[in-house]
Amino acid sequence: MSDYILSKDYFLGVIDDLIVLAEEKKVYFSELDSAIGDGDHGMNLSIGFREVNKNLDGWKGEDINSIFKNVGTALLDKVGGASGPLYGGFFSKFGVPAKGKEAVDFDEFIEMMEAGVAIIEKRGKAVVGDKTMVDTLRPAVDALKKAYQEDGLAPKEAMKKALDVGSAGSDSTIPIIARKGRAMRLGERAIGHRDPGSASSAAILEIFYNRMP
Amino acid sequence: MKRLINDPYDVVEEMLAGYVTAHKDHVVLDSASEAQGRVVVSKSAKQKDKVGVIIGGGSGHEPLFLGYVGKGFADAAVIGNINTSPSPDPCYASVKAVDTGKGCIYLYGNYAGDVMNFDMGAEKADEEDGIRVETVLITDDVISSENIDDRRGIAGDFFVFKAAGAKAEMGGDLDAVVAAAKKCNDVTRTMGVAMSSATLPSKGGPIFEMEDGDMEIGMGIHGEPGVRRGKIEPADKVIDQIMAPILADLPYESGDEVYVLVNSLGATPLMDLHICFRRVAEILAEKGITIYKSLIGSFASSMDMAGMSVTLVKLDDEIKELLDYPCDTPYFKQF
Repeated sequence: MSDYILSKDYFLGVIDDLIVLAEEKKVYFSELDSAIGDGDHGMNLSIGFREVNKNLDGWKGEDINSIFKNVGTALLDKVGGASGPLYGGFFSKFGVPAKGKEAVDFDEFIEMMEAGVAIIEKRGKAVVGDKTMVDTLRPAVDALKKAYQEDGLAPKEAMKKALDVGSAGSDSTIPIIARKGRAMRLGERAIGHRDPGSASSAAILEIFYNRMP
Repeated sequence: MKRLINDPYDVVEEMLAGYVTAHKDHVVLDSASEAQGRVVVSKSAKQKDKVGVIIGGGSGHEPLFLGYVGKGFADAAVIGNINTSPSPDPCYASVKAVDTGKGCIYLYGNYAGDVMNFDMGAEKADEEDGIRVETVLITDDVISSENIDDRRGIAGDFFVFKAAGAKAEMGGDLDAVVAAAKKCNDVTRTMGVAMSSATLPSKGGPIFEMEDGDMEIGMGIHGEPGVRRGKIEPADKVIDQIMAPILADLPYESGDEVYVLVNSLGATPLMDLHICFRRVAEILAEKGITIYKSLIGSFASSMDMAGMSVTLVKLDDEIKELLDYPCDTPYFKQF
């Protein structure tokens, strides 16, 4: 397994796809947010990734860590709200295990995912079941670890497993009340609506999966 | 959408450019790179040693935040994207722009995104510059939660900002300014009604769907769903439904005095606001509560949303003195 490598080109491809995603799903994410929040989730992600797009060419010579630190900083600076610190934090920390590297093996990739999700949990003070992006990301990363490190699945199959579990996690936000964020104050009226952060997180996981060799 | 804008991605920057030019006697845009062009600073800032009063939040609530930057009120406002908290660096830059060595206070409505970003700004000010920054969250929206600490901040922001700004101008130290802000927040209660959604420039349409002729009692300033949706009722019936939860939320008795704000969310005209105020005054008179002063107009909006809110501040001599203290900002002056 150790000959499985995710190169800098893989990660740059992921970032390209994230830029496209933020434009294509702008209305969809905002509509999810309109139902239980303030309707800006899609717009805010597009503001952030437009800034990434503007600067990406200048970052391509740097190592994986620096590239993602730049992505995270762009989101933190330009987005604001809750998704700025949360996704900004995710990408800023995501690259740290790849410091100085031009490629990582799959164990390192799992470390990167864990580092990113951990900062979202810390900043958002959210746990699974709160109806947030953590409902997608925490089960997905746990499933990724188990599938690869315990069950011995091949990397791309393990990531598929993580994506399926994460998507199910996003689905699981539909029938529950929210315990974090603006939807928290809706009580039972949040029931029946998907959490927009959980949806964007699942879409991001899908990009990481689709781009894998 | 009936909005006069250019590129939807430029609305905040273009609004700020217009604002600081129109009100150049009162404010400037902080030119520090960390401010990212999102910090409106009073020309009176740093003119004397005092606690720095910093307010802020998403844009789209004008005149809320930037309109109340000026002498005796806020020293700076940090401006986010529409309905979205500003990011950490501008929050940090605002501290550098107004601190005179006596520390700063952040005042903003209680929303998760704002708390995350302003907290990161305060941490940076502490770590890099050793500047003490305290925070008071405004929680005046009665209907947003039973637990007061979970409530949103809406039009009541105005009074809490005003009280803190006055205390700082009087020379109070940081602890005294924090205490004044908390005390004012504790006696301030708001509830509103919405009759249409604001339009989001990026979407080119309403933030949320609302049928023409419907109203929603208790809806938040960003369109967060409220407690009940139904057909629009006569003003008096609506005010009755708004006033009951406000009055029930604090122990009011005959002889109490209040400051009243009847606030338009953007599209509700002054005629309607005064009709509503008339009913507010009747209800207060029935309870033997005296109106000390009233403000009627758009003080905390949601762009072009139709709707209004009522805020009551239960007064004592200290709160009165703070709210009466002179100030001079583009959108609120008293001498």
